[in-house]
Amino acid sequence: MPYDEALERFEPVLGLETHVELGTASKMFCGCPTTFGAPPNTHVCPVCLALPGSLPTTNAAAIESTIRIGLALNCSIAEWCRFARKNYFYPDMPKNYQISQYDEPLCFDGYLDVEVDGKTVRIEIERVHLEEDTGKSTHVGGATGRIHGADYSIVDYNRAGIPLVEIVTKPIPGTDRLAPEVARAYGTELRELVRGLGVSDVRMEEGSMRFDVNVSLMPRGSSEWGTRTETKNVNSLRSVERSVRGEIERQAAILADGGRIIQETRHFHENTGTTTSGRSKEEAQDYRYFPEPDLVPIAPDPAWVAELKAALPELPGVRRKRLQQEWGVSDLDMTSMYNADAIVLVEATVAAGAPPADARKWWMGELARRANEAGLPLSALRITPDQIARVCAMVAGGALNDKLARQVLEGVLNGEGSPDEVVAARGLQIVNDEGELMEIIDQVLAGNADAADKVRSGKVAAVGALVGGVMKASRGKADAGRARELILERLGVSE
Amino acid sequence: MSLVHKTAADLGALIAAGEVSAVEVAQAHLDRIAAVDPQVNAFLHVDAETTLKQARAVDARRAAGEELGPLAGVPIAHKDVFTTVDMPTTAGSKILEGYRPPYDATVTRRLREAGLVILGKTNLDEFAMGSSTENSAYGPTRNPWDLSRIPGGSSGGSSAAVAAYEAPLSTGTDTGGSIRQPAAVTGIVGMKPTYGGSSRYGLIAFASSLDTPGPFARNVLDTALLHEAFSGHDVMDATSVDAPVPSVVAAARNGDVAGLRIGVVKEFGGDGYQAGVLARFHETVELLESLGAKVFEVSCPSFTTALPAYYLIAPSECSSNLARFDAMRYGLRVGDDGTRSAEEVMALTRAQGFGPEVKRRIILGTYALSSGYYDAYYGQAQKVRTLIARDFEAAFQQVDVLISPTTPTTAFPIGERADDPMAMYLADLCTIPANLAGNAAISVPCGLADEDGLPVGLQIMAPVLGDDRCYRVGAAVEKALQARWGGSLLSRAPEL
Repeated sequence: MPYDEALERFEPVLGLETHVELGTASKMFCGCPTTFGAPPNTHVCPVCLALPGSLPTTNAAAIESTIRIGLALNCSIAEWCRFARKNYFYPDMPKNYQISQYDEPLCFDGYLDVEVDGKTVRIEIERVHLEEDTGKSTHVGGATGRIHGADYSIVDYNRAGIPLVEIVTKPIPGTDRLAPEVARAYGTELRELVRGLGVSDVRMEEGSMRFDVNVSLMPRGSSEWGTRTETKNVNSLRSVERSVRGEIERQAAILADGGRIIQETRHFHENTGTTTSGRSKEEAQDYRYFPEPDLVPIAPDPAWVAELKAALPELPGVRRKRLQQEWGVSDLDMTSMYNADAIVLVEATVAAGAPPADARKWWMGELARRANEAGLPLSALRITPDQIARVCAMVAGGALNDKLARQVLEGVLNGEGSPDEVVAARGLQIVNDEGELMEIIDQVLAGNADAADKVRSGKVAAVGALVGGVMKASRGKADAGRARELILERLGVSE
Repeated sequence: MSLVHKTAADLGALIAAGEVSAVEVAQAHLDRIAAVDPQVNAFLHVDAETTLKQARAVDARRAAGEELGPLAGVPIAHKDVFTTVDMPTTAGSKILEGYRPPYDATVTRRLREAGLVILGKTNLDEFAMGSSTENSAYGPTRNPWDLSRIPGGSSGGSSAAVAAYEAPLSTGTDTGGSIRQPAAVTGIVGMKPTYGGSSRYGLIAFASSLDTPGPFARNVLDTALLHEAFSGHDVMDATSVDAPVPSVVAAARNGDVAGLRIGVVKEFGGDGYQAGVLARFHETVELLESLGAKVFEVSCPSFTTALPAYYLIAPSECSSNLARFDAMRYGLRVGDDGTRSAEEVMALTRAQGFGPEVKRRIILGTYALSSGYYDAYYGQAQKVRTLIARDFEAAFQQVDVLISPTTPTTAFPIGERADDPMAMYLADLCTIPANLAGNAAISVPCGLADEDGLPVGLQIMAPVLGDDRCYRVGAAVEKALQARWGGSLLSRAPEL
């Protein structure tokens, strides 16, 4: 059912569960490193492989990071809580139970304010808890890449035991037609917050932040919430938005036909923007949670928690207001930068020496266009804020004009090296040697005698064609303004 | 006296003095194992070359002038639930047949560093679940006092090895009595330290909140020496206690009970207890009084609910702990012929790899933790656990130690209780409370029952981190009784 029609008939209720891999140096319960991209099964030890007899010990840095996330989300911090075992069998989970938290989360009852359409929406946080990640299964053969129908599966345990924070919202009613945007805004704001705390690199494309999106619908006028579905492991902010929209349309069509929604997990498909059925929760797994007997309870010292709270960095909303003032940009520009996820990039580019207006121009113009073409987020472009700042400096110094600068950016994005290397390799320096420029001008005048005569006879506007000829002959490297001056001088015409 | 009949303390002293080499001591025990273990079946794995290599290393260290600890060069047998890098570790289960761990348990590592020489790995009830060692996948161990009887369990291989003079020392684990009960029925000393006093790292888990590594020896001092050698805080075990090891060796040398307040647990005794067990127990109580101790009767009413609480908590934890044996990364794998799914291979492997008692407990525990039953079973059992800890606390306001028979009966015949799990579970009636509360407790020999001439054990329970009190009272009883007997109880065991 089309979105607008769906919203006329139903009201959505959202809920989001977010998993964030913490950037601690070692895993949650052992000393193995957490770096991404190592050869399979090289970051493993008896503990994270669950060899017989091995025992977990808690990573104190992960506890601290989780408490800081909780504090930044305005949560209460438990004075005493425990880990719990979540029992189920799966080959990528070495112990066949996950050490998690159940009814005693480390942080609870907080909120996060997000801005959507110029309005502030308060998202209530149910809990923030700490657990361990599983290994990663790859299913080989079969059509879907899922375990069903695969010929065989391989498992990489490097990820097993990486600390994972789960942030769960309370149900979010009242978002109405903005539900997809609210979901995305929450994801964006949460990512900014976690990144600002420095506790995770929040690289969604590497899976270090992923969302489970819960959606239910109720008929307009009803106060009874409908059955929800949970779309698992949505791994980009754009997909969060699209999955909410797609799920609202799908559920509305079923409900409008008199059908009922099955409580289940669903998978999101990037290519179609739709979800398909996963595992039914009506035959819900019984995880047989019980307190983890291999670990002692966590009892954070309230004085230490107060210290952590006092030392929290500036939170994203406050920071944005400060940057907007410093940069002197309008609300609209700030919002478009925020939506394009460009604030951090612009800030870093400014920090690298670029004027704010130039930094914003490049990220929101040329680079946004290229990211859009490639279907990538800005942050995934293969160019750094330092490199942009360097290009800005070259333009300001007169070594490049905007047209050449775009070619430099293209070269950097193509992996041709640093801006200086691209300039050298492609020969993109502006032609500043007037002797060389004069040679080109003379050639162009000789080949365009008609146009030259027109200019001599006072039709100054005809100089445009001659400048164009010079630019073409110099393959864009000439400074167009200077070329115009020199042509007029050579022809003895003054303006 | 042959080398195998000497105490560990004497062997350590002889080796340190250079009067005998570690290799000679190891060889004497390997010879004894070769001679008697075919009857006893205490060992699952013996590898003479690996043993002698370790002994030669100790001799070399001594020759190089290195100062060695009191047990350097003394042989030891490890219960086959402690991981060892140079020997297989099976937990008595088919599911780990031939498994070689890549790391040493903290207990084995520390004893290796102290220079103890590993003779081999001893038999046990599969995954330490049982009271007779009949649940081993590798056949039962026999009691050296009477080869038709059980040596206790689950650490029955370790108790039998020490009682049969195959090893002067051995390690065990005590989850519900698995050290004290085998010690009692084989006439040796076995100690369950305070929970967390000895590291569980590298101990293949049965029930994490209860499992406690501990020592076996033929006398109280040797037991204390071994206790001290592997105990103490371990950063690899989060439940390990960060406190000094109680001064157990000094207590074992002291053995003075004059003025000590001793509580007899009122709830243990009477119906279901063998007359000969009670007779020896009451004699020992009188003996302690004669040594100057003040004896009181103390009631611990919740101890009677310890057994059912234990049989909810231990299976619950084991159902989760044993989930890792899934054929994916190590151990047995059944049915992986390319046509079956991972789930089917897991199920087939676990069906064939686990024995009936292990399956029974996994099923019990899975049920007790299930949604809708958790509060009634696991939750309720945890409350009972709190009550038992309170009973202990109240008792230790009045007395310094509590005593009881270690087991209601002497060693029963192999097969007698094999088909009756409830009867089997009763063997741990008196030992379970100390596990549920985490207290220290020891079993020392206190005589032979009149009916069957088999050993009876005295259990001495002390507060958490009061392990030294167990040794102090144990040493007093040992000294007085051996004076009465004119030697150790074990010297009255039949020759093998």
